[in-house]
Amino acid sequence: MLTISAELRDKIVAHARADHPDEACGVIAGPAGSDRPERFISMLNAERSPTFYRFDSLEQLRVWREMDDRDEEPVVIYHSHTATEAYPSRTDISYASEPGAHYVLVSTRDEAADEFRSYRIIDGVVTEEEVTVSAR
Amino acid sequence: MAIEVRIPTILRTYTGGEKSVEGSGATLDELFSDLDARHGGLRDRLVDDVGLRRFVNVYLNDEDVRFIGGLGAPVHDGDTITVLPAVAGGGR
Repeated sequence: MLTISAELRDKIVAHARADHPDEACGVIAGPAGSDRPERFISMLNAERSPTFYRFDSLEQLRVWREMDDRDEEPVVIYHSHTATEAYPSRTDISYASEPGAHYVLVSTRDEAADEFRSYRIIDGVVTEEEVTVSAR
Repeated sequence: MAIEVRIPTILRTYTGGEKSVEGSGATLDELFSDLDARHGGLRDRLVDDVGLRRFVNVYLNDEDVRFIGGLGAPVHDGDTITVLPAVAGGGR
């Protein structure tokens, strides 16, 4: 299960809407071992593509080092799909390399409806999980 | 000679859980071969038959090695190599 504040959920959706029609991506860091997403970090999509995303390699180094310095880990890794459902694609599954993270997918294919779903992706297996949005 | 190599979570199965290992070599290529002698299978996760694997980021200190010679990049005592799997994916 992913427990996330409404504020953070809204930030993810807003980022996805802002970058549409390109895919948006980012991380929410939290204290190591806590499973609490706390610190929102939007990332550049180095692919700038409507169908693919990739963290810029040097930005990723900076962010990962910063998390390490702060004793944090990537609790949520999010990205958006701009024309398909908010479900992990084959490429999403094959590149998922943080077994402890919640992979959040947002779809911006429908202007009126928000699709926000979360998954664990471990050893190539996708498991959808419940999302609990807390007030703060 | 000691070069620190920082290992991401997903590759720590090759290092007995250690997040940092040491090795030696004059180039990144030699360093990875040296590591593989003690952590069998690790090199194969980093290198394919063409060179460095595309969706693995390898950094020499603060630089992405793709821009400074890839596997041929010279490494020196006191350098730190960081390995991070690329974070990527997409709708297709």
